[in-house]
Amino acid sequence: MLSRLKHDLTMAEAARGPSGSRVDLLVVADMVERGARVLDVGCGDGELLRLLETRGVDGRGIELSREGVNECVAKGLAVVQGDADADLANYPNDAFDFVILSQTLQATRQPRVVLEHMLRIGSHGIVSFPNFGHWKIRLQLFFGGHMPRTDNLPYAWWETPNIHFCSIKDFRELSNAVGARMEQAVALNAWGSRMRLKMPWWFWNLFGEQAVFLLSRRG
Amino acid sequence: MADATATLDLADRTREADQPHSLVVCFPANKPLRLDAGVDFSPLQIAYQTYGKLNAARTNAVLVCHALTGDQHVFNAHPVTGKPGWWETMVGPGMPIDTERYFVICPNVVGGCMGSSGPASTNAATGMPWGLDFPVITVRDMVRAQAMLLDHLGIDSLFAVAGGSMGAMQVLQWAASYPERVFAALPIAGATRHSAQNIAFNEVGRQAVMADPEWHGGRYFAKGTNPRRGLAVARMSAHITYLSDAALHRKFGRRFQDRDNPTFSFDADFQVESYLRHQGITFVERFDANSYLYLTRAMDYFDLAGDYDGVVANGFRNTPTRFCVVSFTSDWLFPTVESRAIVHALNAAAARVSFAEITTDKGHDAFLLDEPELFAITRGFLDGAAKARGL
Repeated sequence: MLSRLKHDLTMAEAARGPSGSRVDLLVVADMVERGARVLDVGCGDGELLRLLETRGVDGRGIELSREGVNECVAKGLAVVQGDADADLANYPNDAFDFVILSQTLQATRQPRVVLEHMLRIGSHGIVSFPNFGHWKIRLQLFFGGHMPRTDNLPYAWWETPNIHFCSIKDFRELSNAVGARMEQAVALNAWGSRMRLKMPWWFWNLFGEQAVFLLSRRG
Repeated sequence: MADATATLDLADRTREADQPHSLVVCFPANKPLRLDAGVDFSPLQIAYQTYGKLNAARTNAVLVCHALTGDQHVFNAHPVTGKPGWWETMVGPGMPIDTERYFVICPNVVGGCMGSSGPASTNAATGMPWGLDFPVITVRDMVRAQAMLLDHLGIDSLFAVAGGSMGAMQVLQWAASYPERVFAALPIAGATRHSAQNIAFNEVGRQAVMADPEWHGGRYFAKGTNPRRGLAVARMSAHITYLSDAALHRKFGRRFQDRDNPTFSFDADFQVESYLRHQGITFVERFDANSYLYLTRAMDYFDLAGDYDGVVANGFRNTPTRFCVVSFTSDWLFPTVESRAIVHALNAAAARVSFAEITTDKGHDAFLLDEPELFAITRGFLDGAAKARGL
């Protein structure tokens, strides 16, 4: 399911940087220090891991879909077939410098548990997700009266793998609840480019189509 | 078919065990193999095949570990049966385990019957095959013996160790016993321990051998007999566990063999019966019955957790080895859940691990068959590892 989502994001002509990499992945990759140990949870076809590899990062991945996993392993990536909800519990504390949930959190059954594991396994966590508070989505729900569908979220409600949507505001609340410190926050606008201006949270929550957060364990 | 096998007399069988069509190394009494059973075994003979060339830095060696009824003849015609090597789909020039890049070594396991010391080898003290006087061996003993072979060949560190089934057990044992000597490990269709169900199947096979009156308490060489029927039945029952219900249906269904109607007898009316009988008959032509007892026992005893305070992960703490674990959806002998347990242990040890489950209806035997995804995964894993090792 996760890889299906990734696939659609790619298909939706997600914005790409000059190197051809998806901008949301570039934003994530920029948050990772060189030489770090990284676990990418829901790594899809391994695009982010490959990008990180070019930056000297020791990357591992977990992916639910067999096709995604086999594709990754055939590319020489260290990826295991597994489920974020079930398998993170097997990883020891502090095994990684960064644990990444790139477009994955909203497809997990227990986002809070997953986030807690993330901060237990890694000293830092990076989470990117589609912002359900974006104005287009609000308009669809308000005027259309139906569950929103966008380029990034193309599924009908009965077949979507995304079972736990949240807005940027909602995510901040969860981060606080699990005791995470927010180190960095980046929002991407509808064209996939970074919203650089220093803006209040309500503005991001309305105009950010995607969000990427860098978290660390508090204390 | 039965007549053809009968022509192979016992002398021929001990000949392959004592003077195999392979490279051979002999370790004398001052270099014994220390066995888990508490015995120092000597003299120890190891028969092995090699393919490809060892590079000047001695960094490109790949150890292939064979399964229960396999042997060292990975990529050449079998000296007894004349059939192609058992892993020609995987090993060879341009194949996933590429003999143009890697130096491939495959030894016959200790306890086997194709030239490494085993119950069919001649005991110098008596001039007769060891039979049941041969000490009981374990997977760890097999691996220790392989390490002695590598020392002999002057190979400190293996680029990779690969194998399926009992071969996968050896791969895991290698990574646990000699982590600094294994750069990459590829256990396929394996487990960290032999399950109760698998021990049960093995016991049925051993009982079939021992129930054959020609077995004579393991002294069939001295009696001039051979427990062919018992070993064939053992093979037939084991062979079922290597396949899957779906594969048997696909290949044979309920079709009759060379007839249109049932004969109302106990002939091999069904194709599947005929196939199994053929498997049994051809197997006894190349395999020693006592060896079958010893090797199935070694698998039964395999339990990595037992060696590490009940926690498999302890066997892999701080391991520098990178792993690629592979399982098959229709394998019910070493099901995916067993491979997943390997992966969980490796995750708990924070090891670098890949894990793929391949969709196939071919059952446990899929690791020996034409499975393009297995080849792509092996190639990708080894390519990545080769890059990391600077090969």
